[in-house]
Amino acid sequence: MSDTLALTFRQYRLERRLFWRNPSAAFFNLGLPLLFLIAFGVIFHGNEKELHVIVPGIAGMSVMSGTFVALGHNMVALREQGVLKRMRGTPLPSGAYLGGLALNAVANTVIQILFVLIAGRLLFGIDSIKDVPELVVFLVLGVACFSALGVAFAHVIPNSESAPAYINAVFLPVILVSGVFYDSADAPSFIKDIAQILPLTHLIDGLTGALVKGTTLGDNAGHLAVVAVWTVFGTFFAIRGFTWESRRS
Amino acid sequence: MMGGVAGESAIEVRDLRKTYGSLEAVRGISFSVARGEVFGLLGPNGAGKTTTVEILEGYRTASTGTVSVLGFDPAQRQRALRERVGIVLQQTGIYRNIRVREALIHFGGFYPKPRDPDEVIALVGLQEKADATAGTLSGGQLRRLDLALALIGDPELIFLDEPTTGFDPAARRAAWDVVRSLRDLGKTILLTTHYLDEAQELADRVAIIKGGTIVAEGAPRELGVGHASRVRVSYRDALGEQVEQVTDDPTSLLYQLAGDALDRGERLEDLEVSRPTLEEVYLELTADVQEPEVADV
Repeated sequence: MSDTLALTFRQYRLERRLFWRNPSAAFFNLGLPLLFLIAFGVIFHGNEKELHVIVPGIAGMSVMSGTFVALGHNMVALREQGVLKRMRGTPLPSGAYLGGLALNAVANTVIQILFVLIAGRLLFGIDSIKDVPELVVFLVLGVACFSALGVAFAHVIPNSESAPAYINAVFLPVILVSGVFYDSADAPSFIKDIAQILPLTHLIDGLTGALVKGTTLGDNAGHLAVVAVWTVFGTFFAIRGFTWESRRS
Repeated sequence: MMGGVAGESAIEVRDLRKTYGSLEAVRGISFSVARGEVFGLLGPNGAGKTTTVEILEGYRTASTGTVSVLGFDPAQRQRALRERVGIVLQQTGIYRNIRVREALIHFGGFYPKPRDPDEVIALVGLQEKADATAGTLSGGQLRRLDLALALIGDPELIFLDEPTTGFDPAARRAAWDVVRSLRDLGKTILLTTHYLDEAQELADRVAIIKGGTIVAEGAPRELGVGHASRVRVSYRDALGEQVEQVTDDPTSLLYQLAGDALDRGERLEDLEVSRPTLEEVYLELTADVQEPEVADV
């Protein structure tokens, strides 16, 4: 077991090295949330209410882009290139390999969240995090949830060429309806109904509680439960549909 | 079947079958590979070679029949087995921006007793590319990296699924030398290939697979005798033209030719008697007698 953990960490370190070796990809991967935050900061300059929506909203979006989007792309590419199949033929335990990949996505998410929190403090007057444990709980569960959903969704995507279309077809509508850019309470009721089903809405509500409103974990238990249900759902399909090989060969 | 030399065999396959829906890809094949032997699987595309090898590698499970690899059931996917086996897949990928030496060091970490990365790099002839990223390698160089990654764990048994595809002639010769050096080290090698000269050069024994069954098996030299008993006789006839005849009964043909030549008072010029090459045996055995495809039913 300790050996598996050591190999997981080793795989994670390789993934990190390779990630930084492609600086333009690294820049866009890490810089996108920051870019969004600055753009909306300029638009809503001086409007504290909107800014307090945008910071937890972009934090939630970072979780989804850092895990769901990144792992979705990554798993499809690795599967289609035959990397997964090669790894499967080595003694490296599957859990260590997939764990290394997931940790890499988590590391990127953590960096993005830190950027958002620092920018929120410096630019948008979100001086102190209201509830640190609550923030950590929601981030951990959010990362687990969207990682699992990303791996599960990769099973649906037939090949690398179609991966961006499939992933954006989910990612863009979800961030639009889930209240990343506006207070979901202000949305039309049919949008609100859809948003209530989606995990990102509830993650953002939890993050808003921890960062801005100061509501407690107890107050947000319902939101936590919805994200947890999606995590279970995602994990089930991530494991069940997993294939190590391209379906084309 | 020649059977194992000393000790248990490295690979045992007994009445292996693999069906995909109504398609029977492998239809009951049996063979064994002795430790230290280079065994070649030859056959046209879709013959069941890769399916068979991938069952032995643990990628697929047998529908029926038994397989044993170094005493393990590969379907159990035990790490102890994978530590002793090196695999060169027919098609595979690697991270584009990983460096050659870095990849070998990383993969070496999966195994209990890895070989020295630089030694393996030299073995496959990638010294000048040791610090290059995989994305900058040519197809043949990537294939050599595949081989290097299969050897880094110092495996006892090596699966090579069409290992020299895309190689120029010099690189093929070099790869053959690597395989021979592995055999000299006592490694067991299961080789699938399209190239008959490759099988003839490297394999101690060859099985020819067609339509999911083994149609011929033996040492490359023996195959020529056993399975196509015909002999090719080439000579210059009375008109001075070079003629080639294939016969099942070379004794009487030669008797007749020699008699005719003596009657004419001539010598039998440019006489050549040869056994069919592995290539001819292969082409004969794999020639498509248009059978109805199971898949079309």
